[in-house]
Amino acid sequence: MTNKNKGKQLLGKIGMYTLLFIGVIVSLFPFYWMFIGATNPSGAIFSIPPNLTPGGHFMENLRNLNESVGIWRVVGNSLFITLTFTILSVFICSMAGYAFAKFKFAGREFIFFMLLIAIMIPYHVTIIPLFRMMGSLDWINTYQAVILPNLAYPFAIFLMRQNMRSIPDSLLEAARVDGAGEFRIFFRVIIPTMRPALAAVAIFLFMFQWNNFLWPLVILGDPDMATIPVALSRLNGMSRIDYGQIMLGTTISTLPIMVFFLLLQKQFISGILGGSVKE
Amino acid sequence: MAKQATSPRRKWVTPKTVPYIFILPAVLLFIVFTLYPVISSLILSFQTSSGGVSSFAGLDNYRRLFNDPLFYRALSNTFIILIIQVPIMLTLAVILAVLMNSVLLKAKSFFRIAFFMPAITALVAYAIVFRMILDQNYGFVNYFISFVGIDPVPWLNDPFWAKVALIAAVTWRWTGYNMVIFLAGLQNISKDLYEAASIDGAGKIRQFFSITLPQLRPIFLFTFVLSTIGTLQLFDEPFILTQGGPNNSTLTISLYLYRAGFQNFDFNYASAIAYVLVIIIATLSWLQFKVAGDRDD
Repeated sequence: MTNKNKGKQLLGKIGMYTLLFIGVIVSLFPFYWMFIGATNPSGAIFSIPPNLTPGGHFMENLRNLNESVGIWRVVGNSLFITLTFTILSVFICSMAGYAFAKFKFAGREFIFFMLLIAIMIPYHVTIIPLFRMMGSLDWINTYQAVILPNLAYPFAIFLMRQNMRSIPDSLLEAARVDGAGEFRIFFRVIIPTMRPALAAVAIFLFMFQWNNFLWPLVILGDPDMATIPVALSRLNGMSRIDYGQIMLGTTISTLPIMVFFLLLQKQFISGILGGSVKE
Repeated sequence: MAKQATSPRRKWVTPKTVPYIFILPAVLLFIVFTLYPVISSLILSFQTSSGGVSSFAGLDNYRRLFNDPLFYRALSNTFIILIIQVPIMLTLAVILAVLMNSVLLKAKSFFRIAFFMPAITALVAYAIVFRMILDQNYGFVNYFISFVGIDPVPWLNDPFWAKVALIAAVTWRWTGYNMVIFLAGLQNISKDLYEAASIDGAGKIRQFFSITLPQLRPIFLFTFVLSTIGTLQLFDEPFILTQGGPNNSTLTISLYLYRAGFQNFDFNYASAIAYVLVIIIATLSWLQFKVAGDRDD
């Protein structure tokens, strides 16, 4: 009886691992293919049988990529836009989240409800009026045109509110009794104690903006202002594509965020889930 | 202290105003960059413009939309993708989450990270990589299946296979993300339920169907609504993978909106497309919540 059970368990285990390993290969192979491609000349990527070993063309691909899209400028644009956006947005969303979590005020439910609805509104609805707005402000091809529209990111406000609810009221009261003003409490008490939640939301916002495509594509027509995804799509649309270049481009767009994620994955995953699927 | 209390800077920061000050930046940004555009878009959809002059056009844009075969094409493409892709993805995600939650599994965090990895990459980057892997003559996938004796599949050049490729790409990207959400749900199910079931002699499969699935219902709703909204807004993948082709077989509503707005610069027509999208999303979300809500009672 126990032997039969053990045999069954072993079989189940083998089946489970086989399934998972196939899944892992499907999941990770495109990354491997991309890294390999970044180090190979265009011809070697499209060969039969497929070339699955790294080559020595990394530097040449980099030079070509810089010639065709000015990759350093593009990376700089992406970094500047993403970092500025992340810092401002974390700040704005955590302030709002804190107010929604810890204060009672007239209109609280209504305003929060509006934000929740906004999560469901397709982004596309806003891009045409936004494009016109940026046009009349003369902000097309500017950093602020990319950064400003999503700063009050409803999902981030929602996550911050969920996380801020766990702050004990006694902590706030103690600080008030000590005579601290509300802003002082926010910056000296709330922000430090909420650091893990802030980090999680920050990673989430960073990834959103780093990978953001449609809006930057619309608003950043000038190649000098392009972010990485926009520059990549431009490369992809060229009539003669140099695949070594483009693979290096995708690698440059993916690798930093991959490393970032691997370092902070625990916080990131718990941050996404932060209260959103409880109950 | 006393001086501070009377300084004008302190006066407007009272217990009553504090929450409003905290939400002010977010609310202002929200009004300017979300609320205003949403309303403005609605107005635009009821106007036409020629030579820079806008005029009220009633339902003209919507009438045109409902007589536009390309719009129906985009609509049906989007729904075909939705109906096929979301169930496949959520089923895979649940299976992976259950395996991942199994006590028998070692190296859980390795698997979790590996499956989540696709969800962090830029859509543009993975769509480009997929384009190469799926190349008809030189792509890895066709080379691989040639071992099993399958002829090369025209993944991106045939209307049917282009849809399959698009569905595969979206599934690749989002399954791990949903898996993590399901995993969180699984960890909230009380162990006692399973213990009681095994004492009653219920096998693993039976337990999965009579405990795990019913307990996961709220998570299913959550992921279902998110995936529906996501699929209805599908843009990056078809834009990069196929440009909507071949023969418009992968033209999605969002891509059609982009074409109307930013290639033909017909902002009014594009706004009407956007509003049809809003109505569809609102209706579907409402239906999904209603279906789930009714069952709860």
